[in-house]
Amino acid sequence: MSKRFLNPTEDPLWLRLLLGAVAVGFIAVLLLLPLALVFKEAFANGVSAFWTAIVEPDALAAVKLSLIAAAIAVPFNTVFGIAAAWAVAKYDFPGKTVLVTLIDLPFSVSPVVAGLIYVLVFGMQGWFGPWLIDHDIHILFAVPGIVLATIFVTFPFVARELIPLMVDQGRDEEEAAATLGATGLQTFLRVTLPNIKWGLLYGILLCNARALGEFGAVSVVSGHIRGVTNTMPLHVQLLYDNYDYAGAFAVAALLAMLALLTLVLKSLLEWRYADELAASHRH
Amino acid sequence: MSAIGLKFGFAKPWRVKPRHVLPGFRLSLGFTLFYLTGIVLIPLLALLIRPIELGPLGFWAAISTPRVLASLRLSFGMAAAAAVIDSLFGIVIAWVLTRYRFPLKGLLDAVIDLPFALPTAVAGIALSSLYAPNGWIGSLLVGYGIRIAYTPWGVLTAMIFISLPFTVRTVQPVLAELGLDVEEAAATLGATRLQTIARVVLPMLLPAILTGAAMAFARAAGEYGSIIFLAGNIPAVSEIAPLLIVTKLEQFDYAGASAIGVVMLAASFVMLLALNGLQSWAAKRR
Repeated sequence: MSKRFLNPTEDPLWLRLLLGAVAVGFIAVLLLLPLALVFKEAFANGVSAFWTAIVEPDALAAVKLSLIAAAIAVPFNTVFGIAAAWAVAKYDFPGKTVLVTLIDLPFSVSPVVAGLIYVLVFGMQGWFGPWLIDHDIHILFAVPGIVLATIFVTFPFVARELIPLMVDQGRDEEEAAATLGATGLQTFLRVTLPNIKWGLLYGILLCNARALGEFGAVSVVSGHIRGVTNTMPLHVQLLYDNYDYAGAFAVAALLAMLALLTLVLKSLLEWRYADELAASHRH
Repeated sequence: MSAIGLKFGFAKPWRVKPRHVLPGFRLSLGFTLFYLTGIVLIPLLALLIRPIELGPLGFWAAISTPRVLASLRLSFGMAAAAAVIDSLFGIVIAWVLTRYRFPLKGLLDAVIDLPFALPTAVAGIALSSLYAPNGWIGSLLVGYGIRIAYTPWGVLTAMIFISLPFTVRTVQPVLAELGLDVEEAAATLGATRLQTIARVVLPMLLPAILTGAAMAFARAAGEYGSIIFLAGNIPAVSEIAPLLIVTKLEQFDYAGASAIGVVMLAASFVMLLALNGLQSWAAKRR
């Protein structure tokens, strides 16, 4: 009677099969089925029907508006993320913990509340509402409001990626560069940037994905004017509510492709530059 | 995964050096504070002071109507349930992904982040079509008398979808760094495999599990996009609090919308403090 020696840290076969089946089944039903359904519905009437729904003028206007919002929000939050991470990582000052917590705050605020706060500042009954109307400046129900809401919900992405990374790297290299006579800009471009470039790219990638896909916050400030203030996700809702399922799923499939592309790039970054990104994900 | 509650020490005010070695202190901190104040703090202040016009009694009246209370109960109650369910499955998924080897594991790992990357409106219409009585899953369940779409269970389903990555992604790295030696020690001392998992591994994962659950709860309670397509939005039955804010805004009831917004914001603050506490507790245990 020879009994197979079981590695003490290895689960018995029945447990491995059970847990494996639970994990794979849960992921398949919860995550993969909805994804499959989006593509099935979008291409139910063939590729040409999908394409017709995408190049329809209102859909194209929505794509354009989403790209504009992301093109403004992402660079702003990138500059902010670098500045915040530089300040937190390279200097000592009182209140640093509070600052880091406040930077994370937009993540725990409901997207609808994010939209609401801009309505309270710029809306008709808001702080600057009457003044803005007198001067014929449109922020709410116009592009600036959409951009602001997008900036709010994507606010922490780059900063929270860079802060742990740059804190981990310390300030020795920058101080050495400064001692050797480098200017601040030279130090940043030649010493800091090469050290953080993959973490920076990772943060920008996630920031961009959220900017293109944001729904709740943008929905509150947009006013839902078809072809004018509808972003891609809002256009999906409009088509779906009007029972244009083919059109809704076509635009949804386009967004799903962007999401899949994001996941591929993210996995690629994690796999190729795992060591350099590690500091951001250890916590 | 999270920058929340990283252990940055306060510099003692009396030891602040007048000059810094590296240039750019004023520029970087100045821009950071300016941007943070303009984009986040001032608009949040507008929310906090808006309900003052109602007075304390008016504020209470605005948030204590049956419809508002029902929506808050639904959002927070279902978010708590979703956090518990996601934590259980999150532990199993993290365990399978870190400990077992099987084909296409990398693919499965990458798919976990789908709810982060997929816009919530897309998730919403997909889940709605899937769980509707004539959908792929809904048609299977309707035979058993179970309806998910257009009921409170739709709210729960969407929340489970949206929050899953938080629970997996907080437990997974901790599990990966956990040495096998403690498990070997437990086995040497005569523990069965299940005893080892229940009394050695799970207690060490506890801070990460709680952190993931708190993040999942916070996300689910505030979620809007994926839920409204699936829930049916029947007042006092399947109407979530964020949707009620939108409804009140459309009726130009700014103060009423702000009152609900303040309650939700207060909940966010509490969760943020809880997360900070959890992280420092976890750091102490290490």
